[in-house]
Amino acid sequence: MTLLEVNDLNVSFPTRSGEFEAVRGVSFQLGQERLGIVGESGSGKSLTGRAILRLIRPPGKLRAASMRLQGEELLSMSEKQMRRVRGQRMSMIMQDPKFSLNPVMRVGEQIVEAYAQANRGNRRERREKALAMLQSVSIRDPERVFDAYPHEMSGGMGQRIMIAMMLIPDPRILIADEPTSALDVTVQMQVLNIMDRLVSERGMGLIFISHDLNLVSSFCDRVLIMYAGRIVETCRADRLHAAEHPYTRGLLNSLPRLDTPRERLAVLHRDPSWREPSA
Amino acid sequence: MSDAGAEQGISITGLDVWFGDGDERVDAVRSVDLQVVKGASVGLVGESGSGKSTILRALTGLVNSWSGTMQVDGEHLGKRRSRHFYDTVQMVFQDPYASLHPRHSVDQVLSETLSLHKLKDIDRRIVRLLDDVGLGTAFRFRYPHQLSGGQRQRVAIARALASEPSILLLDEPTSALDVSVQAEILNLLTDLRAERQLTYLMVSHNLAVVGHLCEQLAVMQHGEIVEFLSVRDLRAQRASQPYTQQLLRSSMGFVRDEVTTA
Amino acid sequence: MTMTSSLRAWLNSDRPASRAQARLSSVYHGWIEFSANRLALLGLIILLSLVLIAIFAPQLSPHDPFEQNLQNRLKPLGTAGHLLGTDSLGRDILSRLIHGSRITLYIVGLVALIAPVAGLFIGTVAGYIGGWVDVILMRFTDIFLAFPRLVLALAFVAALGAGIENAVLAIALTAWPPYARIARAETLSIRRSDYISAVKLQGAGAMRIITRHIWPLCIASLVVRITLDMAGIILAAAGLGFLGLGARPPSPEWGAMIAEGRRFILDYWWVATIPGVAIFMVSLAFNLLGDGLRDLLDPKSGS
Repeated sequence: MTLLEVNDLNVSFPTRSGEFEAVRGVSFQLGQERLGIVGESGSGKSLTGRAILRLIRPPGKLRAASMRLQGEELLSMSEKQMRRVRGQRMSMIMQDPKFSLNPVMRVGEQIVEAYAQANRGNRRERREKALAMLQSVSIRDPERVFDAYPHEMSGGMGQRIMIAMMLIPDPRILIADEPTSALDVTVQMQVLNIMDRLVSERGMGLIFISHDLNLVSSFCDRVLIMYAGRIVETCRADRLHAAEHPYTRGLLNSLPRLDTPRERLAVLHRDPSWREPSA
Repeated sequence: MSDAGAEQGISITGLDVWFGDGDERVDAVRSVDLQVVKGASVGLVGESGSGKSTILRALTGLVNSWSGTMQVDGEHLGKRRSRHFYDTVQMVFQDPYASLHPRHSVDQVLSETLSLHKLKDIDRRIVRLLDDVGLGTAFRFRYPHQLSGGQRQRVAIARALASEPSILLLDEPTSALDVSVQAEILNLLTDLRAERQLTYLMVSHNLAVVGHLCEQLAVMQHGEIVEFLSVRDLRAQRASQPYTQQLLRSSMGFVRDEVTTA
Repeated sequence: MTMTSSLRAWLNSDRPASRAQARLSSVYHGWIEFSANRLALLGLIILLSLVLIAIFAPQLSPHDPFEQNLQNRLKPLGTAGHLLGTDSLGRDILSRLIHGSRITLYIVGLVALIAPVAGLFIGTVAGYIGGWVDVILMRFTDIFLAFPRLVLALAFVAALGAGIENAVLAIALTAWPPYARIARAETLSIRRSDYISAVKLQGAGAMRIITRHIWPLCIASLVVRITLDMAGIILAAAGLGFLGLGARPPSPEWGAMIAEGRRFILDYWWVATIPGVAIFMVSLAFNLLGDGLRDLLDPKSGS
């Protein structure tokens, strides 16, 4: 079942030397799966994530042939309708929870607010829903966390709270932009496991944006590789190490590996032809 | 210089570093012993807050609240560092976007560094340094905002090399860079070490990077060193401490939990 | 044509080949960005013409600003030979205005030299060294900040004696504390940065770090603040002149001119109004310029 269908997505920004095309002709479909988007900084992967939610700020421009969420065209929606889509049907988790949580509001209130936007119910029901959600992201003492302020939480805890907040309206699609790169590796694994479990339990579609090839290939089902605003290759995540595009190969070869020691690492030589669609 | 060769390099014993006083006191590093012999390349591995960067900052005198003994090439370090110390030990910082003054051109950065070390022949040395780090003179008069992350890190390395030090402290030198750029910088560091017989002490959270550049590593947790091991043992996954094993597993990529955690 | 386009290419090059080219091209880019702001450009034009007027005051003014002619007193605007009329002693107002621009620039220039430099020095030293030095310098600053500016200036002038130099000194003494505050706040955020650590590791001393590395970063926000404050400084000087504590008669200082015209304001409104309009124009010009510079220089607004 296709949850999201993106056709010919473009994002551009005006600069002094003309229009800068940050995302160029990106098309893909998302089902109930974990879809990874990998690329280096400036490849347009984060902008693609934001563009799906129509969160491109002016003077940036978004153009697309179509962007359909469960068959509904997102491009023709009003800003008001889009606000209902964001959060309730599609959610986004950002890199650093410090910047996404309101510092002067208790954690619990923020989760309750996210719940109340989509659901009715009295105070007690909402509170119980929020506590249950905190529990489902493996927070052992939800009561204490509910009454805490964001600055009292560690990075890993903050990211779990973000996940709880984003998932409580029960969205169909979760977009996670480098959700664990601000976290330590051991915490990273716990957070990924929580996200993984919730997404598969609820039959959601996950778009996982990352620069970490190892992580994406081990975590996702399918991977899009982006370079200079374009998708240069799509492959199954477990087949990423057998990828064919010279850019993907170059990236993989430039990684130092513990299992295969090398004197020197392969250096990526960028071919200008990668920027253009292959014939 | 008349000392035996064993005195060369870095020697740290019983190092404690703390921040704040009284109730506010936080012990960042606790009784750390660390030896880096001349010509070696040692990695310090741990998660954020484990105190690994703090050791470098105490060694270079950027943090003054420490106790214990630290020696560099047989010279005992006190609260103040001598000029000779800065000629011997230099550091490369984590974030190349933060370690270059935004209003100073590459030329200004390098010429100031060279003149602070009382070196002559500044023009010729700048050209050579830029060549050595693979930038070339075309970059000499650019400002940081005209450089990419990798190019900035090369400038920072050139600055660290200006005084021709024998010891280079590397504080996560590639963690802010894309993987393809990381490979270029790691190759550069490998080459420089071979050419100049440098001693490296590198801090990183990335086991693969440490494995690539170092021969030995110390694993840190909560301000203490929990394990020393050689890179050969690391590659063979022969770690004795559970924490090191956990780091090793995590570095291999995501492992799906079969059992749901309560 | 080819000359200008090749010059432009030379300035636009992102791989400058010499120190001079690197400097000039960053100045050129700043200018392009600045000149896109029409209002700021207008402010700059007004101020540049003020400078030109001050330089060529003797050539531009139709009459001697001190020449009295009691038969010709209080002539209205547009009188033949006296475009802006005459004052109570029959002096040509236009000529006095033109000569007064020199005094205004003198005050503004001197205050701009003294106050920000003192503030920058005190603020950066306090911020960088910290500890007791910081506490003492900042409490000292607080004491100055606690007084209303004009009242403090009045007290200084009363103690030092009336006159334009003393007025300048008094204004400068009351103007530096905000600069010290800004410079200290900037220093606190700069001193922990890696590039400061990096020069420390080259063995650089505190004074070198403050003057070579911290000052260039503080100056941008101070320049913005100075231009925005200039209006207030001109008004303070005019206020002191108006109260008879600044420029002494017959000096054509604009504030003093308003004070003189005040007596006839109901019947001969232009005598006080014309210098008032001049003060207004110059203050506005400084504010417009300051806004433009803030967009250009302030690192917090992003580039």
